[in-house]
Amino acid sequence: MEHATAVHPPVAHHVEHAPELGFWWKYVFSTDHKVIGIQYAITGLLFLLFGFTLMAIMRWQLAYPGQPVPVIGAWLGAGNASGGVILPEFYNQLGAMHGTIMVFMGVVPLAVGGFGNFVMPLQIGAPDMAFPRINMASYWAYFVGGVVMLASFFVPGGAANSGWTSYVPLAVTATTGQTWWLLGMVFLITSSLLGSLNFIVTIFQLRAPGLTFMRLPIFVWMQLVTAYLLLLAFPPLEAAAILQLMDRVAGTSFFLPSGLVVSGQVVQISGGGNPLLWQHLFWFLAHPEVYVLILPGMGIVAEVLANNIRKPLWGYKPIVYSVVFLGFMSFVVWAHHMFLTGMGTTMSAFFQTTTMIISIPSVIILTSLFLSLWGASIRFTTPMLFALAFLPMFGIGGLTGLPLGLAPTDIHLHDTYYVIGHFHYVVAPGTLFALFAGIYYWFPKATGRYMNDLLGKIHFWGSFVAINIVFFPMFIQGLAGMNRRLYDGGIQYAHAQETAKLHVPMGYATFALWFFQLFFIVNFFWSIKKGRQAPQNAWDATTLEWSAPSPPPHGNFPEPPVVYRDPYEYSVPGHPADFTPQFQSDKKA
Amino acid sequence: MDIPYTVTARPDTGLFNGKLGIWLFLASEVMLFGALFSSYVLLRVGAETWPRGETILNVWMAFLNTVVLISSSVTMVLAWAALKTNQFQKSRWLLISTFLLATVFLVVKYFEYTEKFSHGLLPSTNTFLAIYFTLTGLHGLHVVGGMIVMAYLFGPGAKMFRIAPERFTNRVEITGLYWHFVDLVWIFLFPVLYLL
Amino acid sequence: MPIVASEHGPQLDFYNALVHLLMFALFIGWGAYFVYALYRFSAKRNPRANYHGTKGKLGKQSEIAVAIVEVLFLVGFAFPAWAVRVNAFPAESEATVVRVIGEQFAWNIHYPGPDGRFGRTDIKLVDASNPLGLDRRDAAAKDDITTINQLNLPIDRPVIVHLSSKDVIHSFGLPYFRVKQDANPGMTIPVWFQPTMLTPEGESWEIACSQLCGLGHYRMRGFVTIQTREQFEAWLKEQAAAQ
Ligand code: HEA
Ligand code: HEA
Ligand code: CUA
Ligand SMILES: [Cu+2]
Repeated sequence: MEHATAVHPPVAHHVEHAPELGFWWKYVFSTDHKVIGIQYAITGLLFLLFGFTLMAIMRWQLAYPGQPVPVIGAWLGAGNASGGVILPEFYNQLGAMHGTIMVFMGVVPLAVGGFGNFVMPLQIGAPDMAFPRINMASYWAYFVGGVVMLASFFVPGGAANSGWTSYVPLAVTATTGQTWWLLGMVFLITSSLLGSLNFIVTIFQLRAPGLTFMRLPIFVWMQLVTAYLLLLAFPPLEAAAILQLMDRVAGTSFFLPSGLVVSGQVVQISGGGNPLLWQHLFWFLAHPEVYVLILPGMGIVAEVLANNIRKPLWGYKPIVYSVVFLGFMSFVVWAHHMFLTGMGTTMSAFFQTTTMIISIPSVIILTSLFLSLWGASIRFTTPMLFALAFLPMFGIGGLTGLPLGLAPTDIHLHDTYYVIGHFHYVVAPGTLFALFAGIYYWFPKATGRYMNDLLGKIHFWGSFVAINIVFFPMFIQGLAGMNRRLYDGGIQYAHAQETAKLHVPMGYATFALWFFQLFFIVNFFWSIKKGRQAPQNAWDATTLEWSAPSPPPHGNFPEPPVVYRDPYEYSVPGHPADFTPQFQSDKKA
Repeated sequence: MDIPYTVTARPDTGLFNGKLGIWLFLASEVMLFGALFSSYVLLRVGAETWPRGETILNVWMAFLNTVVLISSSVTMVLAWAALKTNQFQKSRWLLISTFLLATVFLVVKYFEYTEKFSHGLLPSTNTFLAIYFTLTGLHGLHVVGGMIVMAYLFGPGAKMFRIAPERFTNRVEITGLYWHFVDLVWIFLFPVLYLL
Repeated sequence: MPIVASEHGPQLDFYNALVHLLMFALFIGWGAYFVYALYRFSAKRNPRANYHGTKGKLGKQSEIAVAIVEVLFLVGFAFPAWAVRVNAFPAESEATVVRVIGEQFAWNIHYPGPDGRFGRTDIKLVDASNPLGLDRRDAAAKDDITTINQLNLPIDRPVIVHLSSKDVIHSFGLPYFRVKQDANPGMTIPVWFQPTMLTPEGESWEIACSQLCGLGHYRMRGFVTIQTREQFEAWLKEQAAAQ
């Protein structure tokens, strides 16, 4: 790829321009945003697969409680699964770690670290991130955090087992794995902080000439708001993690009230702490965090959609204002996760209202995307299929947030499978599908080759059907009152009897979903070497990343790009081609 | 490949990259300490009894430390100002003074801590001491972090002054902004923990 | 939805159904539009896209409609219904009052007995036979009744439950009564409801712990039995004798 820089960049060169870097500096300790982006993406994908596998094991236990797990049961270790049968303490570890891994080590690193790093600087015409070395540090902090989390499976008592929410006092009295979880979180938080401030500075400072804020691709806007959320919401969790560490290690009682009796023994602590304090600090992060999970996905969907409808997105400005508003609002809704902790009328009225308000920008964004379809000329490419499926799937997930957001209806639904169904619809067939769309879409930019279309379509249809069979029944189970986090799937409970039967088809659908990912994995690795060659502008697209060679060289653009127009000028009347790139000057046209 | 605006400000934002970066970093620090202060308030409001800081802690030592830290902020600004007027040697003296004042702060803190420990006053003793040790400990770590950066700017990092003086000056400025923040946190901690 | 056996339950269910109706209408509406658009504007049928797209006001109108309906739900239902749940408590003299204390992994139920006063408890007295640490020497404690995992209540009389926990957070969930409330250690939180249906002979209704509380969370199951006034009194006597 070095040969591509034949044209001399106009700016004077620095000593940094060492012509040949060794393997280690080029692929492992690189400061190039594209390499870091790919490192993030691959690590994130591996974690997603791992987190999914944990869940597949759990779904077996839910479908057939007390029966040995086939094939891998014997490898799980007697302390976790005696005779291949999952033990309750192991089920809880799997659940907590599935949630943690998916959120903090899978989706966020892939969506922000991966796509954000790779695509965003290209889309704004920057040579790299503003702080390349901080960028590298951010990846390695994430890596260490991931290793700490994985290692925690092997400490006595196993990994953290108090849910991804780590509610106290349970988490304070839990096994050693929880300490590792907290340490791992400190690394992951550090990584996010370094990454997010880098993103914001890059977007503000390194935009190409002519690229005003109202000409930014939606994806960049989404990354910008996401970066703010990460920057400002994570520190309170860091504070909370520090306090919980103190409780566990230094014997303090920040979260422990006086007079605790655990297993018949009075706990020897000074007391005086407050268990709800943890919940407030946790959800102050974790609600913005859920928008961190969705916004990059929405950004990808907007890009792929605009490209495949061959017309401008409807309502660019409303979308932009909506995300900014949504970003602000996401800091004042956190306690809607805590309606049932004993909340009075004023607090609950406030948080119900903010929750309803925050649903409006989502409605506006979705409506705009839907209306964009009118008058389009839709190409059903693989990335487009995933992006299209995102819309109704996010719709189901978002709509089911409404009954949860009204405190009186939340009474029955809280902590049931209805909640699980709600958020998986947004994160799995929502965000995950958006991420798949992004991989299929930008793969040619990263490798110079397309991914295989047939394998892609099998992957899409298989996953689409299977994932709905996994998650839709959860609403039925939740309405029937089946609680989440139940080791045996609730078969002891009379009220859950009827719907517990659904666990079996849900289990099979989970395995089918796993199976269909093989098409993706094969396609992914096969296409790197053998895929169909793609031209520089692989999809006849308009945004700046398509003006760079594929793969882009170190420094990205042979000549610094200049921006002349809005991001999605497709099918402009009077133009011969059905797309007019941002980087195309009017004279040439 | 050159990253623009590492030294000069971008006209439309009026900032160079590092300066925007440090402001964002400090914003996140505000959230971190803000969360801890809020926790302090919540715990205190919920507590049955809460000792007045002065009955347990040594106000005079803390007062001394406040003076030390504020002076170090002053020397830090002067170090930057000296660079601005190209007085490299002077700025080195001021930088090392800042570093030494920070050391004094930590030494005083060390005596405070050991005195508490020797009386059996530990974080686990009560919630007041728990939050005292957590907040001051975290603040202490920030002081150490600042000292590492200063040591770097005094030692290996100083070479940059010859190649890119402006960029070096910017680095000192950014370090200064961070240092003022660390100072500011202490100015909050002192009354909150020792006097109220 | 499961059986509903409390006075306020049907109202919550009704509104839940209304919210779902709104969701359903939106989903069907947008879904139909979506499928039509995909069909009508596929590249095959519409080779050249229209730069300007739709001019209609449909989008804005549907957004405004959603906002209005949400306001109606909030003001018309959610605020008042919540206020009734957390503020409009019946007088203790008019109600059956019990304490429920969660522990890993059981529900301790504490009735005040005929004197209507709960006896003193002290964590120093906690042991296997006295999980609540009830001080039997206290005058008010003499007639107190404690049970484990079995909550009996009379029909058609308000119930006030004072909820707490000894160790970690549990959640007192009564699916058939549309009642759920976290039980936090160090706090006592009251909840109230009014049973309107007798538990059929041979059936048992459940208390389902709804908050992850450790490895036994899945089996932290208690029972609620709704009886007639007479049956309930008789049961209390029987329990008192057994204490
Ligand atoms: C990406 C993640 C994500 C997103 C985007 C959301 C979005 C929303 N969430 Fe969700 N939520 C979670 C992730 C997410 N949530 C998680 C992880 C949890 C559980 C955590 C735990 O306990 O472990 C949770 C839990 C949760 C609760 C707590 C429930 C409980 O524990 O009892 C509540 C309550 O208010 C809530 C509300 C909402 C609301 C109102 C929205 C709104 O923002 C949604 C707005 C969107 C819409 C209203 C859709 C609009 C669409 C249309 C109008 C078009 C329709 C068209 C078609 C369908 C074709 N969520
Ligand atoms: C981003 C968040 C996220 C995502 C994506 C998922 C994805 C999935 N989740 Fe997860 N889940 C959570 C977050 C998430 N979950 C959280 C926070 C909880 C609560 C935990 C708690 O109780 O504390 C939870 C709990 C939870 C439960 C409830 C358990 C219980 O309460 O006892 C269940 C049950 O079925 C479940 C199932 C699934 C399934 C089947 C998927 C599937 O959709 C997974 C699909 C995955 C893939 C399709 C993998 C794709 C990757 C590849 C294909 C790799 C390719 C690799 C290379 C090319 C190198 N989850
Ligand atoms: Cu008690 Cu779950
Ligand atoms: Cu939320």
